[in-house]
Amino acid sequence: MKISKEEVIYVADLARLEVDDQLVDKLAEQLGTILEYMETLESVDTKGVRPTSHAISMTNAFREDEEAQIFNRDSALANAPDKEDGNFIVPKVVG
Amino acid sequence: MKLHELTIQEAHRRLKQKEISSTDLTRAVLDRINAVDDPVGAYITVDGEAAVAQAEMADAAISQGRITPLTGIPVALKDLICTKNLRTTCGSRILENFIPPYDATVVKKLKRAGAVIVGKLNMDEFAMGSSTEHSGFKLTRNPWDLTRIPGGSSGGSAAAVAADMCIGALGSDTGGSIRQPASHCGVVGLKPTYGRISRFGLVAFASSLDQIGPLTKTVSDSAVMMNTIAGYDASDSTSVPEDVPDYTAFLESGLNNMVVGIPKEYTAARGLDPDVSTVVENAVRKIKELGAHCVEISLPHSEFVVAVYYVIAPSEASSNLARYDGVKYGYRDKDQSGLMEMYKNTRSKGFGPEVQRRILLGTYSLSAGYYDAYYGKASQVRTLIIEDFKNAFNRCDVILSPVAPTPAFKIGEKVDDPLTMYLSDIFTLSANLAGIPGISVPCGFSSEGLPIGLQIMARHFEEGKLFKVAYNFEQTTDFHTKKPQLFGNRR
Repeated sequence: MKISKEEVIYVADLARLEVDDQLVDKLAEQLGTILEYMETLESVDTKGVRPTSHAISMTNAFREDEEAQIFNRDSALANAPDKEDGNFIVPKVVG
Repeated sequence: MKLHELTIQEAHRRLKQKEISSTDLTRAVLDRINAVDDPVGAYITVDGEAAVAQAEMADAAISQGRITPLTGIPVALKDLICTKNLRTTCGSRILENFIPPYDATVVKKLKRAGAVIVGKLNMDEFAMGSSTEHSGFKLTRNPWDLTRIPGGSSGGSAAAVAADMCIGALGSDTGGSIRQPASHCGVVGLKPTYGRISRFGLVAFASSLDQIGPLTKTVSDSAVMMNTIAGYDASDSTSVPEDVPDYTAFLESGLNNMVVGIPKEYTAARGLDPDVSTVVENAVRKIKELGAHCVEISLPHSEFVVAVYYVIAPSEASSNLARYDGVKYGYRDKDQSGLMEMYKNTRSKGFGPEVQRRILLGTYSLSAGYYDAYYGKASQVRTLIIEDFKNAFNRCDVILSPVAPTPAFKIGEKVDDPLTMYLSDIFTLSANLAGIPGISVPCGFSSEGLPIGLQIMARHFEEGKLFKVAYNFEQTTDFHTKKPQLFGNRR
């Protein structure tokens, strides 16, 4: 197996996902098959090849740092699952 | 010809001559949706009332002599393009009730041009899929055979255009998500050059690959839509400040002096269906007859394209989708015993299985100890794939290939076999990795009567060449005039 159950659980935690016990085996198998396929990349000689993260050669895209009103507070909060007094509400963070 | 069957150009001509009104046209499209969307399932949201109101405004503008090529034309949008005050779900339960407070730049441009926005179209959740079976809401069926998938992830867009439930549509393409459904549904689908169209207001999947583009009934309609939506936008720092040509100027006859390249790796590709192979070969022959010169080219790293893409795209997705945390918008789970529990429950219940699979894959590829072997390596091989295209385009103007290795497959056939599904993207992924434009144009039918598309690719910002080749091919064939037989609501 390319990826163990424990690794799936570890990665899920990094990704803030809760993986169902019943699903872990299936996921490990599916991800294992995919990762095994990815190993074909090892056969490519990439010594000295620069990595590409952006297909169009562009350097920094600057604009004037000008103030603009995109949303007002109400519209920014309109989709919030929980809000109060113009703020987003989240579960208690500090004990 | 019934009103809903019109192309953008023909509808525009009739609107301009005042032979029809936008209100009549829009009502005809809405009636068509009522009649056939029950079996097809292309729409997530239909906004009939707003559409008629926009049509009335368009009619008022036309009566005052104000008309653009899109004024009064009913169009629909893949449901990951933000529309102000109109629900935008991205095919996901996590955004089921999301009402954007703003319009995407493409939507602003369409509205400014007077287009009528009919509704929002089904898709694979977060555009991750090749069949639209991964929508969090429903299946979309292929109008040519309701037991088959329409392709994906812009399956709703392709099906809606094919079944005349809109006059034109927008989709998005990260690894073939416009071209492959266009091929499966027998319509024209264009993935423009990376950065050619603003992505402001496009829900992000993989930011170095995503691009918005049109799905239309004809090549000319694709050029007309591009004239309106292309161009630099200060709100999208990845959009490119290149001048936008008049794309319709490329729609002229003659392919003399055009050199088309055929990649030898593609003709030998594993799993290529014999019908697809024959139909595409016939199309290449036709293009030669039209005056183009044909050369064999090589894209030596083609066999690594799927592996590179399925490292890079999920990696970028795992980062982009971190924003769905149940705080600012979208679904939040009821169990909120702590912040971490809230995040985890929200994301696990809000995202579907394919999205979670890709987030896990991407997180793994980026995690400490694996980054160099996966993401780093894939980014280097991506450079080699780009070099392959540069070398190939030294010898030819455009590259021809199939869009998908097979015609549309049966619903359910590949849904639980992710790697097989990924491998079906073999011909389309490289255009996204290289950032080049690609178009799918109808080029024939399988022995079972399913549409097959021809892919044409060109250098960065050479959409004009795609239009020229596709238009010349289309003008000498009648594949684009064929319609699926749909008998309306069968209940």
